[in-house]
Amino acid sequence: MIFNATRTFVAAAVLGVSALAANAQFMPESPECIAPANPGGGWDFTCRQVGKTLQDLGLIDKTMQVVNLAGGGGGVAYAEVVNKRNDSNDLIVAASSATATRLAQGAFPGNTMDQVRWVASVGADYGVIAVAANSEITSLTQLLDQIKADPTSVSVAGGSAVGGWDHLKVLIAASAYGIEDVRKVKYIAFDGGGEAVTQLLAGSVQAFTGDISEAKGFVDSGDIKVIAVLAPERLDGEFADFPTAREQGVDAIGANWRGFYAPGGMSDEAYDAWVSKIGELYASDEWKAVMAANGMAPLDLQGDAFQTFVSESVAQIQNISREIGIIK
Amino acid sequence: METLASLGDGFAIALTWQNLGLALLGCFLGTIMGALPGLGPSNGVAILIPLAFTLGLGATPSLILLTSVYYGAMYGGRISSILLNIPGDEPAMMTCLDGYPMARKGLAGEALSLSGIASFVGAFFATWGLILLAPQLVKIALLFGPAEYFALFALAFMTLGGVSSTNQAKSAFAAALGLGLATIGVDTQTGVPRFTFGEVHLYDGLDFLVAIVGLFALSEVFIFLETRHGGAEADGKKMEIGRLYPPMSMVKQCTPTMLRTSVLGFLAGVLPGAGASLGSFISYSMEKRLVDKEGTFGKGDPRGVAAPEAGNNAAAGGALVPMLALGVPGSGTTAVLLAVLLALNITPGPLLFTQNPDVVWGLIAALFIANFMLLAMNIPMVGIFTRVLMIPSRVLMPIVAMVSFVGIYGISGSSFDLLVMIGFGVMGWLLRKFDVPLVPIILGTLLGNSMENNLRRAITIDNGNWLTLFDSPLALTLWAIAIIGFILPLVVGRKVKASMHEKRDQPGSTAD
Repeated sequence: MIFNATRTFVAAAVLGVSALAANAQFMPESPECIAPANPGGGWDFTCRQVGKTLQDLGLIDKTMQVVNLAGGGGGVAYAEVVNKRNDSNDLIVAASSATATRLAQGAFPGNTMDQVRWVASVGADYGVIAVAANSEITSLTQLLDQIKADPTSVSVAGGSAVGGWDHLKVLIAASAYGIEDVRKVKYIAFDGGGEAVTQLLAGSVQAFTGDISEAKGFVDSGDIKVIAVLAPERLDGEFADFPTAREQGVDAIGANWRGFYAPGGMSDEAYDAWVSKIGELYASDEWKAVMAANGMAPLDLQGDAFQTFVSESVAQIQNISREIGIIK
Repeated sequence: METLASLGDGFAIALTWQNLGLALLGCFLGTIMGALPGLGPSNGVAILIPLAFTLGLGATPSLILLTSVYYGAMYGGRISSILLNIPGDEPAMMTCLDGYPMARKGLAGEALSLSGIASFVGAFFATWGLILLAPQLVKIALLFGPAEYFALFALAFMTLGGVSSTNQAKSAFAAALGLGLATIGVDTQTGVPRFTFGEVHLYDGLDFLVAIVGLFALSEVFIFLETRHGGAEADGKKMEIGRLYPPMSMVKQCTPTMLRTSVLGFLAGVLPGAGASLGSFISYSMEKRLVDKEGTFGKGDPRGVAAPEAGNNAAAGGALVPMLALGVPGSGTTAVLLAVLLALNITPGPLLFTQNPDVVWGLIAALFIANFMLLAMNIPMVGIFTRVLMIPSRVLMPIVAMVSFVGIYGISGSSFDLLVMIGFGVMGWLLRKFDVPLVPIILGTLLGNSMENNLRRAITIDNGNWLTLFDSPLALTLWAIAIIGFILPLVVGRKVKASMHEKRDQPGSTAD
C-alpha cells in the first residue's frame, strides 16, 4: 500500500505539471471501468463513452481500460468488486437502475448496496410508454383504461426480464392509475429494447415500455408514437412534444439513471477525485452533446447526494416488488 | 442509379491510404482472432474498440477498422475448424463436419482455399443485398413475430437429422442435452432462476463460447492424452497438405451450392433473432438435403465446406441490415458495432441512411474492400496455415490447451468459466467415446433459449392459445418446410441408409 501510494504520488507529481487540475493529487495509474455485461449493452456504452470523454477532456491521462465482466445481470461483477477488488483505487463500475432493482430484489445473492461506494450519476433515461403510429390509442389513460377493462387484450413489450425495470415502469403507471391487481398486466420480455420495438412495429404486441434512447430513432421516423414519458415535467428540445404521464393524471415517474459505483475500500482521496472527475465530465459541453445525442436527461448527483438517491430508489423498488409479489 | 452514385461516394470516402491501411490491419487481426478458438468476432471487435478510440479515429475510419475485423473473423473461424476440428467461433462449427474429414483425406489446402472462396462469394452477395435491398428487407424482419420465430427454430431442429451421419437417435439425444443445458439461468419470462444452485455465475446461463471450446478443443486434448498413453500414434503429423488451390472442377461443382447458401444465409442474418450460426446451420442441412445423393456429406464433401462458409459470411452481411436500418443487432458482433456507433454519436435506425449517408456508404464500400482484401490475403496464406498440420501433436495439443485457457480467461476474467470449460471438456471426451455428435449439443444451447422464449412469448400474447403458432401464412410455410424436411428423409432415406451401412465402421466426422 505504501509503495502504491508513493508510486501514485510520484506519478502525480510528474503528471501534475500537465494536469494542474484541483484534483491533481490523485490520478488513477491505470484507470479501469468494469462493464458488468457483454460488449454492446448500456453499461458497456456508459464505460466506453465516459472513458473516452474523460480522456478527451484530459481528466485521465491514460486510456480507460474497459473490462466486460458479464454474468448474473451485474451480480458477478458486484461480487468480484466486493470480494476481490475491494481496495482498488483505479476502478469504477458502471451501474444503472437495473443494478438498484436487482439489489432491491436480492438478486445478487449475499450482496447489499452499502458494500460499495456510489460515485456519481452521468444522466438519466426517462421511461416512455409508446404505441405503434397507426394505433387507435392516443393517450396513456386510454391504454390504461383498456388494460383495466380487459387485461388480456393488451400485450406490453419491454427489453428487460419479468420483474426488471422496464416491467416495473409500466406497473408503476398502472398502479398509479388505480389498477388494483397489477399482476394481471400482460408483460412480454424481449432481449433488449430494440427487439421489443421491432415487435411493436410488427404488430405482435400493442404497447412498448422502455427508455427514450431506445425509442428515439423510431419516433423520428414516424413509426411509433410516445403516449407518455415518465418524467416529472416535459423534457427539453426535440422531446418537448411528449406528454408526461403526470399531466394526464397518472402520477408515475420512472427514470433509468446511469452512473458508477466504486469499491467499498477505496481511499477517501481516490473517491473524492473520482467524484470530482465525473462531476467535471458531467458539466462539460462534450458530455452535454453526448447526452443530447442519446436522449439522456439531466440527473446531476455526485458523492453523498448520489448515495442517498440510490438508497431511496432501492427502498422504492422494494415496495413495488413486494406489492406485485416478486419478493416477500 | 442513385444507389450506384451513393456507392461511388462511399468509395471516395473509403479509398484513402489511412482507410485502406486500417482495412488491411483489421482483416489481418480479424483472421487471426477468428482462427483462435475462444476469440470470436464479437470479442475481436470489442478488443479493438479501445484501439480505435486511442487513435482518435473518426466515425467512418473506426467502422472500417472494426467491420474489417468482423469480416476477417468470419473468414478466420474456418481455419481451425478444417485443420484441427476445433471451431474458431460458433458459426464455423458446421465447417468442421466436412472440412476436417477433407483435411484428413489430404485435402487440407483445397478445403482452406475453397472455403476462402465460399466466404468471399457469401460476403460479396450479402454486401450487394445490403445495398440493394436493405429498406425492403426490413419489412421481412417485421413479418416475424414470436410465433414465426418459433417455427423457424423448430425448422432448424427438425432438419437436424441432416447434420450427423451416424445414429439419428444419438443426435436427437445430443440436441436434447443441449436444450436442457440452455434452460440454466434466470428465466426472462418469469424472472425465476433455474438450475443455478444459488451460483451467481450461472444466472445468465452458460456461455456458448465456453461450451464450444470445452467440448471441441479440450476434449481433443483429452483424447490425445489418452491415445498417447495407449501407445497409439497421433495421426496429426502424418497428414498431407494437398494442393494449395482447388481444381476448377471442384469450384464448379460447388458454385450452385455457394449461390444457394448465400441467399439462405443472408436471409437468416437479416432476422434479428436468428443470426450467423443459424445461417450456416440451415445452409448446411438444407444443402445436404438437396444435393447429397451419395451420402458423401460429413465424409469430406467439398460442398459441405462451401455451404456453411458461404452461409455464415452471407449472414454476417445480412446481420448488418437490421443493425443499420432498425438499430436492432442481429448477433453478438453487431451488438458491439451498434455500441460503437452510439459511442460515436451516430444513432442507427430508420433514418440513418438519410441522416448519415457518408457513414453508411463509406461502411458499405469498406465491406467490399475488406472482402477483396481477405480473398487476396487468404488464398496465398493457405500455405502458411497448413503448416499447422506439420506440427507434431505433442507440441500442438499443449498449445491448443493453453490458447483455450488463456482465451476464455482473457474474455471473461472468471475462473468459474474455466471450471465450466473443463466440465464441458470431460463431457465432450465421454460423448466422443459413445460416438455422440457434438454439434447438436451446441445448437441446442445456442438456439434453445430463443426458441423457448419465443414459444412462451407467442403463447402469452395470445392468452394461452396454442393455435397461435399456426396462425399466419408465414408460420404455416415454415412448418410445412420443417415437416417436409423431417419426413422426406425417412421415406427416401432408405437407399442412403443402405450405402451408409457399409461404412458403419467409419465413425462420423463429429464423433472422432
